Amino acid sequence: MSAPRPLHERRDRALRIALPVIVLVLGLAIWELAVRIGNIPPYVLPDPGLIARTLMSDWSLLFQSLLVTLLTTFEGFLLAAVGGVGLAVLFNQSRLLEYSLYPYAVILQVTPIVAVAPLLLIYLPQPLAVLACAWIVAFFPVLANTTLGLYSVDRNLADLFALYGASRWQMLWHLKLPSALPYILGGLRIAGGLSLIGAVVAEIAAGSAGAGSGLAYRIAESGYRLNIPRMFAALLLLSVAGIVIFYLLSLINYLALRRWHESALEEERR
Amino acid sequence: MTMMMMEKATTVRSDSLVALRGVGKAFPNGTLALKGFDFDVRAGEFVSLLGPSGCGKSTALRIIAGLSEPSEGDVVWPSPRTDGESGIGFVFQEPTLMPWTSVFNNVLLPLELKGVSAGQAHEPVVAALDRVGLQDFGRVYPRELSGGMRMRVSIARALVTEPQLLLMDEPFAALDEITRFKLNNDLLAVWQALRTTVVFVTHSVFESVYLSNRIVVMAARPGRVFTELKIDAPYPRDQNFRTSAEYGAFCRRTSEALAQAMGAQVGAQP
Repeated sequence: MSAPRPLHERRDRALRIALPVIVLVLGLAIWELAVRIGNIPPYVLPDPGLIARTLMSDWSLLFQSLLVTLLTTFEGFLLAAVGGVGLAVLFNQSRLLEYSLYPYAVILQVTPIVAVAPLLLIYLPQPLAVLACAWIVAFFPVLANTTLGLYSVDRNLADLFALYGASRWQMLWHLKLPSALPYILGGLRIAGGLSLIGAVVAEIAAGSAGAGSGLAYRIAESGYRLNIPRMFAALLLLSVAGIVIFYLLSLINYLALRRWHESALEEERR
Repeated sequence: MTMMMMEKATTVRSDSLVALRGVGKAFPNGTLALKGFDFDVRAGEFVSLLGPSGCGKSTALRIIAGLSEPSEGDVVWPSPRTDGESGIGFVFQEPTLMPWTSVFNNVLLPLELKGVSAGQAHEPVVAALDRVGLQDFGRVYPRELSGGMRMRVSIARALVTEPQLLLMDEPFAALDEITRFKLNNDLLAVWQALRTTVVFVTHSVFESVYLSNRIVVMAARPGRVFTELKIDAPYPRDQNFRTSAEYGAFCRRTSEALAQAMGAQVGAQP
């Protein structure tokens, strides 16, 4: 394993990093050029340089907003994780409960959150409504994946547990939850991104109505004021936040599974 | 060497560890896996259930283990089992290990499920690993082991409770011949050292002759006892036995019995 990697593999790795960077630089250059040559005013399309300058000049405001949105996202994600796994475990223990509630979980999922958000904003205080949106969107993948995982137990292992007289609790803790872990982590990885989307949608829906100061609210507000460079700067921050969330959850996934699950194993035979 | 037809036994012999009387098993899809199955396991013996696939030998094993309920007939335990379910160890066709935890924890499982404290369980786990030659592999994860070593872990797990009765369902079927021969020898050594009772399901004539005191040949559709052979070659058996004329003769007899059982099965078809 410690032997140097073959040349074509190293070249492959280098290309995988270099190519997207080249595309980015090219794209930015074309953008910059197009704005300058076409003399496009900043309120229609700001050039990348201006967006960068805006990001720096508005940093304290945008960073505050980023923290607000991230906090909502994190809380929504946490509630979705606890609620999704918890409800899946309850479903797994009681078929009756599953039959009674699962359809409503599906309804919650398939109803577009953009349409639900305004209603929530009427009945709930704004921060709570935003949080509820983040939760609703993020909750279902955790529930669905965990449910699938809890039923994907090796039959023979389940027999073995029965043979040794395992209690329900032991069955759940020592067999079902570990078996479901890869599924749960997969659900959480989706939920992280969705939670951010839910928070953003709710903030946009709240718009000028609330005193919200999240990043999406800044985008909406900047839109009304035709402050297009700030819109782009805020959008950039949102993207970065999404990317960081995704890779953070991927890292957790990798750390939890690397010793045993096929999905996280490094290639051993070279 | 004697070959005797199985008599319809109505009483349970005093040296029987467990006795099946008139056991039938029909599956919901209509398959008749067993019918009128009479079978005694005598304390301390190594008995093989030999038969073509579909003769219900695995079903019989699962019924003895209590993992499956007979549709008719009785399973009789003449003397009360010393310690409930833990009197039985079961080895499946696949190693059936928990991939998410170490070899040590896999072997620990039966004791853990019985509520034995970690401190008290340590010694038997080490002893069981020692017995199958894996004393240095406690911290390794199952996927880092070869197929043969995984099966050793599975056997160690079955032995850790020091069961009165060890049930094995074609445990070596998926292994290469070299590994299989090695595990055959090690299994015999363990059996003799622990003075336990083994019921071994296999479709290999050679394996059943090498290992067993007694071979019960089964016929299929419906699964039943066709005949029974006594292999009264002395233990310990080793490479010399495997190449002896005596072994060859036993194998020929057994093969003939198996061929007759298959013939009976074809004849029995409507």
